[in-house]
Amino acid sequence: MWTILGYTLAMLGYAVEYSFGAKGAVARVATAPRQRELVSVGGPERAHDPLWDDPDGAVAEPEPAVVVPVSTGEKGRRAALFGRVAVVLTVLATLTHGGVLVTRGLAAHRVPWGNMYEFVLAACFVGALSWLVVLVLRPTARLLGLFVSLAMVILLGFAMAVLHTQVAPLVPALNSYWLKIHVSAAASSSGILLMAFIPSALFLAREGWDRGKRSFPYSLGRRLPAADSLERLAFRVTVFAFPLWTFAIICGAIWAEAAWGRYWGWDPKETWSFISWVVYAGYLHARATPSVRKTTATWIAVAAWITMLINLYVINFVAVGMHSYAGV
Amino acid sequence: MRAFWRWLTSMRTALLLLFLLAVAAIPGSLLPQRNLAPERVNQYLRDHPDLGPWLDRLWMFAVYSSPWFSAIYLLLFASLIGCLVPRLSQHLRALKAVPPDAPKRLDRLPQHADGLHHDGDPAAAAGAVAALLRKRRWRVAVREHPDGVTVAAEKGYVKETGNLLFHFSLLALLIGVAAGSWYGWEANRIVVAGPDYGFCDSIPQYDETALGARVGPEDLPPFCLQLDDFSVDYLDNGQPLDFAAKVTYTEGLNGAARQATIAVNDPLRLDGASVYLFGHGYAPIVRYTDRYGVSQTTVAAFLVDDDFLTSHGLAAFPDANVDPTGATPRADRAQTAFSCVYLPTVPDDVSLARSAHPAERNPALMCSAYQGDLGLDVGRAQSVYELDRRQLDSGALRQVGTETKLSSGQSWTLPDGSTMTFVGTRQWAALSVRQDPGKTTVLIGAVALLTGLLTSLTGRRRRVWARVVPDADGRSLISLGGLPRTEQASFAAEFAQLVSQLEENHGAPVRPAADVDDPGVHPGDARVRR
Repeated sequence: MWTILGYTLAMLGYAVEYSFGAKGAVARVATAPRQRELVSVGGPERAHDPLWDDPDGAVAEPEPAVVVPVSTGEKGRRAALFGRVAVVLTVLATLTHGGVLVTRGLAAHRVPWGNMYEFVLAACFVGALSWLVVLVLRPTARLLGLFVSLAMVILLGFAMAVLHTQVAPLVPALNSYWLKIHVSAAASSSGILLMAFIPSALFLAREGWDRGKRSFPYSLGRRLPAADSLERLAFRVTVFAFPLWTFAIICGAIWAEAAWGRYWGWDPKETWSFISWVVYAGYLHARATPSVRKTTATWIAVAAWITMLINLYVINFVAVGMHSYAGV
Repeated sequence: MRAFWRWLTSMRTALLLLFLLAVAAIPGSLLPQRNLAPERVNQYLRDHPDLGPWLDRLWMFAVYSSPWFSAIYLLLFASLIGCLVPRLSQHLRALKAVPPDAPKRLDRLPQHADGLHHDGDPAAAAGAVAALLRKRRWRVAVREHPDGVTVAAEKGYVKETGNLLFHFSLLALLIGVAAGSWYGWEANRIVVAGPDYGFCDSIPQYDETALGARVGPEDLPPFCLQLDDFSVDYLDNGQPLDFAAKVTYTEGLNGAARQATIAVNDPLRLDGASVYLFGHGYAPIVRYTDRYGVSQTTVAAFLVDDDFLTSHGLAAFPDANVDPTGATPRADRAQTAFSCVYLPTVPDDVSLARSAHPAERNPALMCSAYQGDLGLDVGRAQSVYELDRRQLDSGALRQVGTETKLSSGQSWTLPDGSTMTFVGTRQWAALSVRQDPGKTTVLIGAVALLTGLLTSLTGRRRRVWARVVPDADGRSLISLGGLPRTEQASFAAEFAQLVSQLEENHGAPVRPAADVDDPGVHPGDARVRR
């Protein structure tokens, strides 16, 4: 309960900064070169890089000199203060969030991800943690906080209202050490992929804004960090999460072999994990192909995240499969 | 043909096929599939008499073995091979290739450092640089030029190695899956607890079997198994905590009897097969003493209807009521069967025919008796849990007496004077015996896939060059340049470390690099980053 309240307050803080702070320091710093150095690890290999193939033939691309404006103004400073308060609130909310998981685990004498409610809780916790990691690595990403906390409030609110179940021991099918490995990997990668989805979606908004679109989802783009840096953040986070997701699927297959006698059986949950995996693989390939536009690649990433959501919410409620257990 | 091959192996086509594969997998998760839930497919066909047959014709109830799904992934793999083979040979060539010579202007590279001194002549200085790079596992080539010596070094081939490993392990996965479907098999059997109800691994002894295309009945490994005891712990709300099937088994033709426990996540691994526990239930023991005083006992495994183990089934006595003296003609068919519902815990509200708890806290068997022709002699496949509707409809089988509730040990006398006794119950376990020879390949493929994925996502190719020229007082002047294939921050740090190590090794004063005053032009330079 307090967790949601914390995220809500944090969201308000971020919202204030986002709405009134456009002329403030954060908005400008967001385009500063600092981002280039932090986001570039693991970038796609350029298929035909003139510089690589013939270092003599090209001059190192000069980076546009960026002047960081120091002009902030009273209004901007106050907005930035709200932003900092929001970060503190996010940390507090994440701590209580972790506390919820720990107490739940203690109450049940087991890992706190034994049903859908706990799974969503754990995935969101990892999402919040990865948001804090992003903040540490890139303080300028703070403007995304509004959207991160919004996503947290929606996901956790839904979990509280609809999915909540009493603490109970595990059903025998889940009583395996693979629960610790497979489900934690799945929840973590889901949480981290949420942190990739947000900059992906915002990149599309920002990119649309840059191309002159002014209608609603694109109007959000006005105050966002530069499209380029959003896109690279999304890519980096996906690159981090994709092997984890692969690992989760492999662990699931090993567990399925022990529990159900086959490593893969096209159970609806397995099928949708496969679909997500394939679409994310498509995104990574598209991102590495020079002829594919960044917007196209990002749309694929957004589609991939939607398949993850379908897998979690639609499949659990609609499809009949072997991943359904008591209390969903 | 050539154009088609080029189209097939292009990245665009591969992406297209990937998305087709993802989309093609969707209907199989929404519609029931024959191999997973055949009874739900039949239900669907009954509920949708118009749409159903069309979907069936489009293989919608067997999506993952359908021709169109196979076509997509086979095309995808063809595209993959077409892309991988040239890349593999290219990579093998690159692995043997010597790093190219230094460009003319090292100061135009994203990373560079000038003014390192070395006390030896250029050859010695170049040797020192090359040695340092070799120690850090760079591939190094030293070239002599009229005006000096150059050192060229390259590192990070592991990225492409990982990339190729990832994609080749996908092929390994496919081979493993194919091997499993050709040489794998599975067979299911419901086993009632007790020494008389064991079974041996042969086709006729199973309730259902599915053998792979290249498996014959003689390929099943010989073993026999019996269920000694089945134990379950429940919570008060009926949630099970733990299942355990204690079994005795013998392997081979004359193997020694061994004991084992099969649990939900803990199958029994035999040589050439694994035995899994898939379900459990109750098998009521029913004794019937017919009108001639002949007693027969049957233990009938009942089908489970809900989580609280409300079960239904049939206790059939097809050989009952045959006059042992032969005085009454056999034509008077009085085969007897009891169609029953078993409640392990009768609820307080007895009007509900549903169990209130899965454990046997207050068990009762509610039975209706039927006499006549059970229809077993016709040779039709028949459910062992339900009476044949056709026999009831035709009047060949009629209900006798009224539905009666029996607790354990109670007897019920039918109108013809015969008696039925509910003796008690035994537990049964649903076991599945399976073998998939492809699964080791798949596991190795999966591990290789993950390894390849990690190395290809974290690996980075990069080059470093050094140019060593003699300076005025007979020593050497070294300048260095670095070029990462992908933009990266870590390369700047690596390059800076390389430079500082060279400085340490030679204690030479380093003239500041030319770009320090001009951070805008070479933002990638290590000095600026620091």
